[in-house]
Amino acid sequence: MMPELGKYADAVLSSYGISIALLLVLVIASVHRARRVRRELDEVEQRIRRNG
Amino acid sequence: MASIWQYANPKKFIDTTDRFLPWLSALALICLVVGLVWGFFFTPEDYRQGSTVKIIYLHVPSALMAINAWLMMLVASLIWIVRRHHVSALAARAAAPIGAMMTVIALVTGAIWGQPMWGTWWAWDPRLTSFLILFLFYLGYMALWAAIENDDTAADLTSVLCLVGSVFALLSRYAVNFWNQGLHQGASLSLDKEENVADVFYHPLLVSIAGFVLLFIALVFLRTQTEIRARRMRALLARERLQ
Repeated sequence: MMPELGKYADAVLSSYGISIALLLVLVIASVHRARRVRRELDEVEQRIRRNG
Repeated sequence: MASIWQYANPKKFIDTTDRFLPWLSALALICLVVGLVWGFFFTPEDYRQGSTVKIIYLHVPSALMAINAWLMMLVASLIWIVRRHHVSALAARAAAPIGAMMTVIALVTGAIWGQPMWGTWWAWDPRLTSFLILFLFYLGYMALWAAIENDDTAADLTSVLCLVGSVFALLSRYAVNFWNQGLHQGASLSLDKEENVADVFYHPLLVSIAGFVLLFIALVFLRTQTEIRARRMRALLARERLQ
């Protein structure tokens, strides 16, 4: 299944590994921050509603 | 017909992008997986570059997005400067980390490809140098947003920085044409079929580019929503402190 990469295997595999890892970091960090900010905003809005 | 400016309303922007986000994300994932798997597993070696040609499916789309992310920020910044729509300033802010990450991927994959092909990780070639400067502009842009407390002042100053940085975004794209020197070859994609890469590499590359573009749009939507909510939270907390 694995293609024959020859003497450039290290270069190709490290390019794919690093790039995919960086893309995953970007996506996970964006989703994580989105959820956190959404939750914090909900809490602030609820508190303000409670306190009038 | 509805005006595009209706999306300057933060609530309208969030409601509309919320509907598109799951579809965009799914489409981005499909295109990325198909493009990268096709390119990695099912394309032949190049007669000169060997298997390193497979790096093209990461390097070209990320470099394309690094430049176009900045151009998107430029349009959003101009809208802020002219029309003072907060959503556009926040969209520019949201796009910056994505563009910076795309620049890093382009620089790293370029260096990894350059070592066996050029015999060096790095050269002070016009395109490489302008790309590095573009990355520094991304860092400066994000640092400026983080350093200024007042959102409107931050939007004003970062918009001006974005205008200045656009010179390097354009230089990154056209450096090869401007200066006929350096190691970096011409564009891999061209409207002129004679100059394009061979079809066997071209088709998976197009799918991979589509994946990167869709991922960028999905992330900009998500991160802009986050910036809108964060801005609202800062405003509510400031009002609460005053009472």
